[in-house]
Amino acid sequence: MVLCQVTMLDGSQFTCEAEKRAKGQYLFFKVCEQLNLLEKDYFGLCFKDNADQKCWLDPLKEIKRQIRNGPWNFSFNVKFYPPDPSQLTEDITRYLLCLQLRQDIASGRLPCSFVTHALLGSYTLQAELGDHDPDEHRTDYTSDFQFAPNQTREMEEKVVELHKSHRGMTPAQADSQFLENAKKLSMFGVDLHHAKDSEGVDIMLGVCANGLLIYKDRLRINRFAWPKILKISYKRSNFYIKIRPGETEQFESTVGFKLPNHRAAKKLWKVCVEHHTFFRLMTPEQPTKAKFLTLGSKFRYSGRTQAQTRQASSLIDRPAPYFQRTSSKRISRSLDGAPVISVTSDGSGPLGEKENGRDPALELSSDSKDEDEMPGDGAAAATTAATLDSAEEDAEESEAILRKGFNAQDLDKTQDDVLKHQASISELKRSFMEATPEPRPSQWDKRLTASPVTSLRLQAQGSADNKQKSEAVAVATTATQPVVEIEETVIVEEVRKTPKPATSAIPEVHAAPTTEPQAAAVAAKEASASSDSESEEEAEYHPQITSVSVEQIKEEPEEEEQEEAELNKQQHQPEPSPLPQPIAETDPEPEPAPAPSQPVIEDGTPDTKEDAQPPMEVVEDDGIVEEEMMVTPEEAPNGYSAAEGQGLGSLEEEDQEPRVNGDALHVDTDHLPQVICCSEPPVVKTEMVTISDTFAAQKTEIATKEVPIVHTETKTITYEAAQLDGSGDGEPGVLMTAQTITSESLCTTTTTHITKTLKGGLSETRIEKRIVITGDSDIDHDQALAQAIKEAKEQHPDMSVTRVVVHKETELAEDED
Amino acid sequence: MAGLMAGFGNFTHAVVRAVPTSLAKEALRTNKLDVDLLKAQREHELYVEVLKHKLGLEVIELPADESMPDCVFVEDAAVVCGDTALITRPGAESRRKETEAMKKVLSDLNLNIVEMTDESATLDGGDVLFTGREFFVGLSKRTNQRGAEILADVFLQDYAVSTVPVTDGLHLKSFCSMAGPGLIAIGSSEHAQKALKIMQQMSDHRYDKLTVPDDIAANCIYMNLPSKGHVLLHCTPEEFPESVKVFEKLKDHMLIPVSNMEKAKVDGALTCCSVLINKKTDV
Repeated sequence: MVLCQVTMLDGSQFTCEAEKRAKGQYLFFKVCEQLNLLEKDYFGLCFKDNADQKCWLDPLKEIKRQIRNGPWNFSFNVKFYPPDPSQLTEDITRYLLCLQLRQDIASGRLPCSFVTHALLGSYTLQAELGDHDPDEHRTDYTSDFQFAPNQTREMEEKVVELHKSHRGMTPAQADSQFLENAKKLSMFGVDLHHAKDSEGVDIMLGVCANGLLIYKDRLRINRFAWPKILKISYKRSNFYIKIRPGETEQFESTVGFKLPNHRAAKKLWKVCVEHHTFFRLMTPEQPTKAKFLTLGSKFRYSGRTQAQTRQASSLIDRPAPYFQRTSSKRISRSLDGAPVISVTSDGSGPLGEKENGRDPALELSSDSKDEDEMPGDGAAAATTAATLDSAEEDAEESEAILRKGFNAQDLDKTQDDVLKHQASISELKRSFMEATPEPRPSQWDKRLTASPVTSLRLQAQGSADNKQKSEAVAVATTATQPVVEIEETVIVEEVRKTPKPATSAIPEVHAAPTTEPQAAAVAAKEASASSDSESEEEAEYHPQITSVSVEQIKEEPEEEEQEEAELNKQQHQPEPSPLPQPIAETDPEPEPAPAPSQPVIEDGTPDTKEDAQPPMEVVEDDGIVEEEMMVTPEEAPNGYSAAEGQGLGSLEEEDQEPRVNGDALHVDTDHLPQVICCSEPPVVKTEMVTISDTFAAQKTEIATKEVPIVHTETKTITYEAAQLDGSGDGEPGVLMTAQTITSESLCTTTTTHITKTLKGGLSETRIEKRIVITGDSDIDHDQALAQAIKEAKEQHPDMSVTRVVVHKETELAEDED
Repeated sequence: MAGLMAGFGNFTHAVVRAVPTSLAKEALRTNKLDVDLLKAQREHELYVEVLKHKLGLEVIELPADESMPDCVFVEDAAVVCGDTALITRPGAESRRKETEAMKKVLSDLNLNIVEMTDESATLDGGDVLFTGREFFVGLSKRTNQRGAEILADVFLQDYAVSTVPVTDGLHLKSFCSMAGPGLIAIGSSEHAQKALKIMQQMSDHRYDKLTVPDDIAANCIYMNLPSKGHVLLHCTPEEFPESVKVFEKLKDHMLIPVSNMEKAKVDGALTCCSVLINKKTDV
C-alpha cells in the first residue's frame, strides 16, 4: 500500500492508501466519494511530472506507471470547465467549480479586470460569509481573502461595497452568480500552451470547450472551432491540425505548430482529444480495437462526455448534500491551521449522505458506469456507435447554439426582455426571408438553424456563380469526405470499410505516395506495435468520426487524392467504348500503346490506378500489385489478423509505397515494393510527378466538359494456392535482381516482373505477371485467362503458381445518365 | 444588478467635438470630394442635438481646433469600455494631438486612463468594434498589430480581443457596427462580408447580422437607454434609401435617421463623431 496525498480545491489535504498497482480511477473515486461528488466527470487529478509539469492522471492506467519515481502527491482540479455551469445539477458541483475558478483568478491564470475582480470577490464573500454584517464584518474582513493576484485596498473596498448589495442571496445563489459572470470571461476554461507558429513566432494555443484558440501577445489571431478541425496530430515536438476547407476553399489545409518539446506536443494533443471528445461527442470514441494495430498513441478520452454526464446527472435523485463552504482564503494562505472540512481516509467523513451509494439509479449512472469504459472492452460495433455519434453530434450542436443564444442575453434583463429581444430578432429574420431580396442570404442566419457542419457544406456548394466549377468541387468533396472523416486507429480495417462507390472511383487506389515521412513514421510506429503509449513519437486523432471509413490515414495533401478521385470518375466517362486502355507498368520504356488521350498511368505504383482499367489480370507467383486491386469494395473482407496489420505496417514504413491498403497477402512480399524502388528509383519518382500533373490537367479539362457517364462493374476474384510461402512474415530478403519486361499484342498487355531475393541463404525468384486483356465483350475473357495461365505455366515449368487474381471490369451500359 | 457585460449599449455621457473650418479643405479623405463646411457643421449640430435632447445623454462638447482638421471624429482618439479609457495613438500623424483634449475630458469623468505610448503602435478607435462580449480590432491603414496588442493588454482581462484584416475601406467600422445586442450591421461589399466571416470564425459567440446594401450605412449607433429601450441612429433615406429599408425592419428599435452626408465625404461615419460613456454609480 502506498500513501496518497491529494490537495483538494479548498486547500485541505486528503490522505488515503492505495494499492501499489492501483489505477488512477481508484484514487479519483476515493476523492469523489470523500467530497460526496456525483458529477465528477468535470474533474480530475493532477500530478507533477519530473519536469515539474502538471499532468492529468489517466484513470485507466496504473498510478505507479504515470508518476514513476515521483511522490504520490496529487491535486484535485477541474478538468473540463462547463461552459454553462447553470446546467450542472448539484450545488456541490458548482461550489467546487467556484473554488477552482477562485484559484484560477487569484493565480492570474484567469485574468479579469478590476471591476470583475471586485464583482466576483463580492459573490465569494456572500457565499462564504452570508449577508454583510456591519458589526461582524469590520473594515479589514476582506483581507483574509484573495480576490486577485495583486489585490489592492481599493479593490477590497469595492468588494465590500458590492457585498453589501447582495443581501439576502443564499450561498448557492451567490455561487451561481459568481459562475454566471466568470463563465463570460474570455479566458474561462481555456487551457493555454506555449508554442511557435511556422515562422517561429511565439504564440499561445488555447484549448477550450469550443475548439482551439490561437493567441499572439494576448491577441486572438485565430480560432478553430471543433467542427472546423478534421484531424489533430502530433509528431515529435510538432502539433498539427487539419482544417476543413472553408466555403471558398477546395481543400483542407494543415496548420502546424512547434511546441517546446515532444512531451509538450503530446500533452497538447491529449488535451485536445479529451476536450473534443468531452464537449463535442455524445459518447467517447472507442479506444483502439486491437493493440497491435495501434497507430501511434492509442490514447483516447476514456471518461464520460459532457452529454453523458449531463444525462447521468439528470438521474441524480438525492437531497442536496450538505457541505460547508470553506474559506477560499486558504487558497493563498494555506499554511495556517487545519482544514475546515476534516478530510480523513476512513471514508465516512463528516458529511453523511451515504445512502446515495445504494440508490440504483445513481449506481447506474456513476461509479459502475466507468467500469465498462475500459479500453479494449467496447470494441464491438464501433462503427455503429460512431455513426450515431456524428448524427447526434449535430443535434447536440444545434442545442448548444440555442442555449448559447439564450445565454448571450444580458444578465440583468428580465426574462421578458430576453424573450422580447429574441422575438424581435426572429421577426427580423423572418421579414428578411419574406421580403427583401436585397440583402444576400445570410450564411450566419442559416447557421443559426442548422449545425455548423451542415451549413458549411451547404455553403461549400451554394455559390451560384461558376456553377460548373462548384459541381466539380462537390464531386471532389464527396469523394474526400469519407476519406478525412475516419477514425484514426486501425489502418487496415479502415481500408476495408470502403463503401460501395457505385461505379468507378475506388478509394483505395488513390493511395497517394506515402513518401511522406509522417505516414511512413506512423507506420513504423505501428509496426513496432508499442503498447506503451507514453513512448510514442506521434499520434493522430480524427475528431470527426464517421463509420464509413474509406481511406487509411495519410498525411498527403488531400488535393492529390481529390484529383485522383475525380480522375477516376472521369476516366470512365470520356471513354464509352471498352476498347484497349493502355496500361503502363514499372516500365522504363516509353509506352508504345496506342494511347488515346486518356490518362496513361503507371509507374512505381501501378496498382494505384489500375482498377479503372484492366479488365482482367493473371498473376503468377504472388503479385502485390494485384493484391491491391483485390480490395475492391465488393470484395473487401472485413476482419484481418494482427499479423497482417503488422506486415502492412512495416511495408508502409519501408518501401514508402502507397500501398497502405494492402491486405493479408502482403505479408510475404513486404520487401518487394522496396525492391522496385531500389531498382528504378528515378523512374518511379519522375513518373509519379507526371501522373499528378496529368491528373491536374485532366481534371480541369474534364471538369468543364459534359461527359457521358459510364457505369462499370468491377469484379475481383482471387485464386490462391493452398501452400504457404515459407518466406513469409516480414523477414525482408536481400535484393539480388529485379527486372520488368513488357510485351504487347493486339488486346493484351503483359508485364512480367521478376525479382530475385536472397532470404536466409535461399535464393528466391518471384515472377509476377500482369496481363491486361482489353476488348469488347466478344472476346472470351475466360478463355483468354485460361490461356494466360497456361502460358505462364509453360514458360516457367519449374515454378508454382501461388496466386491468381482476376480483376474484371465491365461496363454495364452505354450510358444511363 | 450589474453583472459582467451587462448593459450593452447603455450610455450616460457622450463626448463630441465641433467641426473646425479647416475640415472642408484639410481633413484627410480617401476621395477627392468637396465638402460644404456649413452643411457639415449643421449636420453635426443636429447629431449633437439628437444625443443631447432626443436621447438625454450628458454631452460634453469640446471646442474645435483649427490646427486639427479631423478633430470632429473623436471616436478615433479613445476607446472607452466600462470604466477604462484607452487613449489611442492615431494612425495618421496629423491626428496624434487630437488625443490630448480627449484625455483631459475622460480623466475629468473619472475614468481609468491608459495611454498608448508605444511609438510603434497605432490605433484608431474606428477600427475597434466592441460587441458587448468581445473586441474586434481591424488591422487597417490606421491600426497596426502593436496597437491591437496594447488594446488587448488593456481589455483582454475580461474580453477576447481578435484581429480582423481590413483590406478595403478606411476602418473596420467603415462597413460594420453593432445594431443591437448580438446584432452586427454589415455592408454588402465583398470585403465587408469577408471581414464578417473572419469575425464569425474568431468568435465563440454567435451574432445575428443585419446586412445593408451600402457599406457606410452599416455604420450606425446602437444604444440601450433606460428610458427609451433600443435606440438606433442610422443613415437617412436621402443618403441610402435601400439601407434604410433594412433598418426599418427593426421593429423594437427606436429608429432615428441622422444625416451624415457631408462628413461622409471625409470618411466620417456616424460612430466617428462621438465617444459614448457609461458612468453609472454602481460598479
